[in-house]
Parts: sequence; C-alpha cells; structure tokens
Amino acid sequence: MLLLICPVCGAEGDETDFQYGGEAHIARPASSTPEAVSEADQYAYLHVRANPKGLHHEQWLCARGCGKWFNATRDTVTMEFKAFYKMGEKPPRTPRTRSAKP
Amino acid sequence: MTVLPHRLAEAALGGQAGRLIDRTKTIRFTFDGKTMSGFAGDTLASALMANGVRVVGRSFKYHRPRGLLGLGSEEPNGLVTIGEDNRLEPNVRATQVELYDGLTARSQNRWPSLQFDVGEINNRFSRYIPAGFYYKTFMHPRAFWKHIYEPVIRRAAGLGPAPKEADPDRYEHVHIHCDVLVVGGGIAGLAAARSAMEAGARVILADENSRLGGVSDLNDEKIEGENALAWISKTTEELAASETVHLLTRTTATGHFDHNYVVMCERVCDHDPARLKNGAPRHRLWKVRTKEVVLATGSIERPIAFADNDKPGVMLASAVRGYIARYAVTPGSAAVLFTNNDDAYRTFTALYDAGVTLTRIIDSRPAPDSILTDKAKALGIPLSFGSGISSVKTEDGGKCIAGVSVTSLTGGGGLNRPIGAECDFICMSGGFNPAVHLFSHGGGKLIYDEMLQAFRPGETRERIRVVGAANGVFETAKILAEGISAGWSAARDALPKGAVKGRAPRPPKADAQPISPSEPVWFVPAHGEKNEGNKHFLDFQNDVTVADVELANREGYRSVEHVKRYTTLGMATDQGKTSNINALGILSEALGKTIPEIGTTTFRPPYTPFSFGAFVGPVRGKLFQPVRRTPVQSWHEDMGAEFEPIGQWRRPYCYPKGSERRSDAVKREVMAVRNAAGLLDASTLGKIEVRGPDAGTFLDLIYTNTMSTLKVGRCRYGLMLNDSGFLFDDGVTVRFADEHFLVHTTSGNSDHIGGWLERWHQTEWPHLKVFMTPVTEQWAQFALAGPKAHAVLEALESDIDFSGRAFPFLSFKAGRLAGVPVRVYRISFSGELSFEIATPAGFGQYLWTALMKAGEGFDIAPYGTEALHVMRAEKGFIAIGDETDGTVTPLDLGLSWAVSKKKKDFIGKRALELPDLARNDRRHFIGLLTEDPQRVLPEGAQAVADPRARPPHRVIGYVSSTYFSPTLERSIAFGLIERGRERMGETIHFAVGGTMMPAEIVDPVFYDKEAERQNV
Repeated sequence: MLLLICPVCGAEGDETDFQYGGEAHIARPASSTPEAVSEADQYAYLHVRANPKGLHHEQWLCARGCGKWFNATRDTVTMEFKAFYKMGEKPPRTPRTRSAKP
Repeated sequence: MTVLPHRLAEAALGGQAGRLIDRTKTIRFTFDGKTMSGFAGDTLASALMANGVRVVGRSFKYHRPRGLLGLGSEEPNGLVTIGEDNRLEPNVRATQVELYDGLTARSQNRWPSLQFDVGEINNRFSRYIPAGFYYKTFMHPRAFWKHIYEPVIRRAAGLGPAPKEADPDRYEHVHIHCDVLVVGGGIAGLAAARSAMEAGARVILADENSRLGGVSDLNDEKIEGENALAWISKTTEELAASETVHLLTRTTATGHFDHNYVVMCERVCDHDPARLKNGAPRHRLWKVRTKEVVLATGSIERPIAFADNDKPGVMLASAVRGYIARYAVTPGSAAVLFTNNDDAYRTFTALYDAGVTLTRIIDSRPAPDSILTDKAKALGIPLSFGSGISSVKTEDGGKCIAGVSVTSLTGGGGLNRPIGAECDFICMSGGFNPAVHLFSHGGGKLIYDEMLQAFRPGETRERIRVVGAANGVFETAKILAEGISAGWSAARDALPKGAVKGRAPRPPKADAQPISPSEPVWFVPAHGEKNEGNKHFLDFQNDVTVADVELANREGYRSVEHVKRYTTLGMATDQGKTSNINALGILSEALGKTIPEIGTTTFRPPYTPFSFGAFVGPVRGKLFQPVRRTPVQSWHEDMGAEFEPIGQWRRPYCYPKGSERRSDAVKREVMAVRNAAGLLDASTLGKIEVRGPDAGTFLDLIYTNTMSTLKVGRCRYGLMLNDSGFLFDDGVTVRFADEHFLVHTTSGNSDHIGGWLERWHQTEWPHLKVFMTPVTEQWAQFALAGPKAHAVLEALESDIDFSGRAFPFLSFKAGRLAGVPVRVYRISFSGELSFEIATPAGFGQYLWTALMKAGEGFDIAPYGTEALHVMRAEKGFIAIGDETDGTVTPLDLGLSWAVSKKKKDFIGKRALELPDLARNDRRHFIGLLTEDPQRVLPEGAQAVADPRARPPHRVIGYVSSTYFSPTLERSIAFGLIERGRERMGETIHFAVGGTMMPAEIVDPVFYDKEAERQNV
C-alpha cells in the first residue's frame, strides 16, 4: 500500500486516505476552445492515456485530509513517488531512480 | 502412564531428546473421535506420531493415504479440521497446532474413514485422470456440468468442510509503525534484531513459531563456544528487556505490500483456547508500516521425486531430526536416508544417537566428502553413493513402508541389481529452497543459484534486506555476520541521518563446518510402469506428479505459468512450498532449457492461509458500515417501517399497518397522496450550497441547462453529465440570492457529487470565485404532497403565504412554520401539489410530528420510497440508477429540453456530438403497457427483435422500471428500447421465464399528462 504526502496540508498517509484521479496534465480542449474541438482532440482527451513504464504524473485527492486535489510523480516500475506538487504547478524536475538495495 | 509406541525414552540422546515437551504434564485430545494422549509442548503432529498414527489424511485427487512430511508451515499433507460446531476450522496444518487439553481433530477428504476410503479408487485409475482431465472429459452435454459433474467432483476432491455457524470469537486489527521489522526469529533474525536495537531503532521481530531460535536447535552448532540454544535464550532475553523492541511469536508475516507495508497474523489463543474466555482476541492482524524490512525467513527442504515418494512414512530429513530433538518421537524404528546433500547426515546422527536402526544411507552424489559424511563411513553404516530409491515396498494396503530398492544412478540405465533395504520410514532431502516468498510479494527479482539449485533474492525496489538461509547462506558464522550487518545498516537507513554512530557490533564466533556441495536429482528412475512418473509426486497437496508436468509439456504448455495452471502445481494452500523447484527441474529436462531460462512462478500473499476472522477483524455486524440516520429515523422505527438501504442511509420503503402486506401498504400510501396528503422524509437528499460571485457561471458548466439565468427565489431541475456525455445525476437547484445557490443531488450520490464539484473547481476552473459546502445532514427535509397539502399547512402557524398565487410552482420561500425556521421549495416528484420543507436538523423531529398532527384531520399518511417511485413512474419521471446505467445520454431519455443549445461549454457537451452518441438507432426511453394489465413486467426483462426467431435472440432493449400502478389499476413500466420513440403504439415482446410477454410502446407519462394536479 502506497504512502503519500499531501503537498497542500502536509498530511502523510496510506493510499486509502487518498483517492487516485488518473493521469495529470491532460488538457480539456473544450475549456479553451469550446467551438473548435475536433473529434480527434475529444477522443484523445477522453480516452488516450500515456500508461508509461517509468515516471507518471497523476492526480490524487487528499480525501481524509484537507480535501484538495494535487499532483504526484510516481515511478510505475519502482512504485516510488518522486514528487508531490500542487494543482496548477508544473511537474518538478525529478531525480533519477534511487538505486535498489541488494 | 501408558508408553506410546513412537516416543523415545527420557534417557535417549543423553536426555537431550524432546527439548520442548514436559513429560510430567499429560494432555488428552481426540483424533477422528479416538482419545489419545500427548505431552505439554507437543504439536498435534508430534502427538499423532507418538501415538503411532501414520496416516493423517487422504490426498486431494487420488485419495492416497498420506502421512506427515514436514515439521512446520511447509507441511502439505497433515491438514486437519480442528474444533467443532461454531469453532470448527478446516485445513489447519497439524504441524503448527500446539496441543491442549480437549483438542479435537479430524482427518479430511476421506469417506467413510481414514483407513478405508472409497475415493481411493481414483488412485487405481490415476493413469487415466492426469493433468487437465476435468477440462478434457466433462465437456458434454453442457447442462451436465452444473448439476452432475461439478457437485460430484467437488465432493470427491477437496479439503475440509467449512463451518456452518457464525464465528463466536473476537478478532483484532492493530496498526503499528516501526523502523526495522525483522521477519523470522532464527539466529539470523535474532542477530539482526539485536544489532538494530543496539543502533537505536524501534524494532519488531515476528516469528511464526511459538518460540524463537528457528531451526538452529537441530544443527548442533556452537556460538561463542556454547550450544546455540544458550546464545538464543540470552539474545531473546536482551531483546525482551528492551523498550524499543516488540517480540511477536505465533505471528506469521503473510504478505508484503508496496512501501514496506507488511501484514502479519498472530494466533493469540489457538494454543490455549481458555484465553478466549478472558476476552482475548482469537487472532490479531498486525498491519505494520516499517521503514526497513529484514527478512530472515529461513529455508524449506525439498523432497526428492522417486516412485511412491508420498507413502506415509516418507518424510523430510530435517523434519525427522526435529521430531526427535523437540518432541522425542520418531516415525518408526528403522530408517533409510536418501539425500543429495550433507545436511541430511545430521539427521543420520540424530537417528543414530536416538537408537533408531539405520539400514542404509543413499546419496545421489557419486563421492560425497565432508566431516558429516565421514562420520557415517566411520560408523560402518551401509552406504550407497551415486544411487537412488527405485521403489518402495509397502504393507497394509500401502499404509506402511516395509522397505526400499536401491539402484545405481550412474552408468546409464542404472536399474541393474537393485539392493534391498528394510525400513519402516524414509528420510529424504533434495536440498533447501530459501523462503523467498515475502521478498517476491514486493516485486523482488529472484536469481537462480547453481550451487544451491534454488532461487535466492536478487534485486528489489523495496527497502528489504534478506539474511541467512533465506538469502542462501547456511553456515552459522556467516548467518550471524550477515544478520548483524543487515540489522545495523537497516537501523542506519531508517533513522535520521547521523543518528546511528559507530560501527556494527562484532559477530559472535561460531563453528564453521565445511560442507560438500549438493547435486541436483530431479527424477529417480523406477521399475516398469512406474517409470512413467505418475507416482513420483511433486506437489503433495494437489497430487501433481512428474508425469503430469511432462504431459503438460507434451501438450504444448511451455511457459511455467501455464504449466502451473494446467497441472495445478503449487496452487494448493501451501503454494508449492516443497514442490516448486522440483517441478522446474522436471520442466527444465523436458524442455531442454535451464531453470533460469524457464524462470519461476510468482509467489503471492498469503504465505500461509489465515482466518477470515483475522481478515475481517472488528469490521462486522453493526461496525461493517456506519448507518446514517435522518433526524426522524426513530419515528420511522417506532412506526414499524420497512427499510431499504440507499447508500449508507436506511430509508423507509413503506409503513405497513398491523399485518398489512407490503404491496398493500404501498397502494394505500400512493392513494393517500393522490387523494389527500402524504409526508415523505426526504432528508437524505444531497444538499450542497454553492456560493460566490462566479457561482452561476460554475453551475452553468456543471449542469446541462443554464442556472445563471435562474431568478432569485426560483427552482430549476437540472441534469449532470460526465465529460463522456452520460447522465449520472439530476436534481433541483434553488437560487437563494445572486451569489448563493443550493444544489440538490440524489440520495445515493450526495458525497460523490460534492467531490465532483470540488474536483472540477480545483482542477479545471480554479479561477472561478466559488465555494461549495455540503449541508446534507444540516437540514431535515420533508415532502408534503397531495391535494390537501395546502390545508395541512394552513393548520399550522406560519408567516409564509402558501397559496398558489403567492407561492407558485418551482419557487422558494424562507420563513417560519410551527415556530421553527424553514426553507420551503414548491417542487414535486409525485405530480401532486407538493412542498418540500427543510428545517435545521435539530428541529426535524419536532416539525415532522407537527406536520403529522396538523394532517390528522386530512387523512395524512407517511409514505415511503416505493410509493414515491410508483408515483414518479406514473408521472413519467426518470430515476437515476433505474433509467441510467452510465451509458445513457439525456437525448436517449428524451430530456433534450433540459440540455442547453446556447451554452458554449458544459461538462459532457462536446461528447454528446460524438458520432456514437448522436446515432439515431440508440435505445430510447419509452413507456410500456403490458397486454394483460394485471401482469407486471420483471425488472431487467430483455426485449427481443423477433419473438418467433430461434434463440439466441437479438436483444433490442430492456425494462428499466416496472410497477403496478394503484392509481391506474394496471401495470406500467419504462424501457430503453432501440428507436423506441419512433415505435409508439408498436407491440414488442419480452423474454420472461421461457415465454414471450407482449407490451405496447407508449408515451412514458401515464397519469395527468397535462400536469394539472401540481398546478393548483
């Protein structure tokens, strides 16, 4: 079970204290150009996700804490969180994977 | 005192045998109804052995008689049912059951008795029921599977029976944090725990056994010049005395999860049920969050695949040694020993010292050479090097061993001139597998060690260290050094930087016995038919043989994961603890690939099964889920309401009077609302206040229709879509002031919608000045509905003018009613004149009672959710969850009037234009009238395209809501039917219980189409 730290209120907790919200930084085309959202844009927005092996930026909700949504960068291979950052912020430059212990 | 046949005399081994038993305390227990006795300190397994019980169970598939194989949690055969009635527990390993007075145990998977079993006939036909037999055989006819094949197979194959009564005992969950968790209390774990403690860490040490020390008591080694046991007890005392160390025995670490989350089950009372009476929990589940993990889980001995290696009396060599040293019991009086490694020679020493005749040592290695092997040579024990057991001679229907044939494994063929050896039990050792299970749970990679012929831990993403035998290290001195170093460095990494000063303590001195390498022996040739390998058992618990693995390979199963599933190898409750590597050896030879090339299957939690009780803990009964209560809940209960769960609420379904049937109560309640007045507790409706300068703008984005144009004091029904265009909530929004709205949501969705609004505001439109406050529980809310609603209200004191002219439909007024503050909305879900009256929750019970009293003269009746649903259906109103299922759009439901064409954007708008959602052959919301007005369509009934066609039918839709309408005295229903709106008047057919039920497609508004009743 993952451990997270909310960058808004500082609460540390199990993933069951938080709520996963899928990939972060997905632009909603209708919010910027409501009249000119192509079918391809809408399709990509609704259905296309990166699903990377490696670093993944994702949204989480501090559900049992301050109630704020925030972003996290997680390595999907090591399950390690590289960064927690607030909504609206760009993902910070992330360090390389910590070397695994023998 | 009776002398038990297999108990060694007290003087055996110079008084050293039976270290754990207390011969002064006799314990009585029963096995299959027969009373037996053992000593305090015995396990059920050792006591059964002392009583001469050879057969402890019947195997899963072939019903072969089976005896004990192991000493601890690795035991695959000795599964028994412990206890009776509501304290019955099946599939418990006898090797882990500590004996207590009055214990009752029963063998499993046998009928009528353990000694004579009808199912054993499977064994004779075993050549005809190999791997995949069920898949291949029980195919046709299809209907036979459910009614004939499956019940028979389930009865014949299997484990113990499940208890039928509720568990009376208490189970506990404990959440705990530490710096270093050490799993396994052998010398490696003790050394690690002590050095972590000395470094200043908070340590938990858990071991599955009743005492610490692991198996070092079986190896006769010295630490700091003393017997290892002295060092163990000294170290245990030091750990126990420390305030930063938590020692847990009888505690199995069952699973390791992400970020060093370890779940452990402690068996608190199983060894002493008297404790239950004092209120102790039976099991305790520890949920440990630790910074660092040290795994010192030891190793598991492997069997050897020779013909009939599953006969009762064939045991793991180290286990036999353990039964002598700990419990002073032996499986018999004459042994042969079959090994491919040096460790088994320690068992020979123990047997020799205990006075057991050793008729022959069989070693698969051509020329083993070490101190341990030299001792056997010196004592003149008959030795066969480069040899194996080619057959086992049995008596008493296969239940007793009489001897073995030994054959040379070298020089090809090798079956010439077998040597006979008489014996009544066999000790075998095929080497040792590091217990890497927990390491694998956390995604740790395994590497194959050629020296060990086993997998040991490689890389891991978790903060785990593995030490001792679990890491493939078997020499005492090295184990201690590794434990101390790992404990120290774990503490250093767990604690703040610089907190741990100095160096790790020096490891204690220990003997280092040089041992000669073991050599793999995957298959021992047998005579004749038995050389096919279908009596060479790999997985004892699931009855998987060498022949099964080879068959799987011949049938094209190449991946180890496929072989596992096809043969069920390693899929029993022991998860292949003893079988895994042997099977890989066979597969490796069959495929012509090396074991590292084949790889191994994934180990998954739990390491050993644990009780459902521990899993559930206190979360049962009333604590399973909190129940939300409205301010009027006790009134409903006092009235004898029948409740239905809606989310966490329990809403009154109806209020039966006396012996009134539910359906009659619903009819009466509907008619009360239609003809007089009714009162509904609608407090569960979700209520969210939305405030701020941009509140209107925000709600325009949330709802399909426009809320910013709503006038102060007015109400508007709205729809919420997700961004895929599908409807998921509806409700009435009220505008209290320019910058102050109230959003009503459905009862089940209220928390979800609160989160939904927050998420969109925080993530997509944070620039909008708006904030949301959920107030569902702050307000009690009642719907007063019916033609006499005005009259009821007028009977109460109020500063509000409720008349139709002053208070029109879809408007709102605040004021006082019966002396308490109220917000009143004139909205209707029943189609009648209706006021929804909200008051602060604390006044709820008072106002409800006042309204009921005021309505007495007008025949007011409380009504429940079913009457509400019947009336909304009569009126053609949809209900979220009935008419929606996450794939339905407002257009499908004919609600396009509530979808703004003018707004540039709202959630779901763009998606509604996607080709699939704009298709003209989608299913439409329509009304249905059955041909027979007294027959009610079943909910979910499927409509077929052509009732005369042969099945399978093409389905064109389904029934979404269906009721008997007391108002119309006939059945009514809603459906979602392909092109339904274009098919008004058409009769379609629903498949119901093998026949076709016709119904006409009609307008969904069945009653008061002009909506005159609410327009008073």
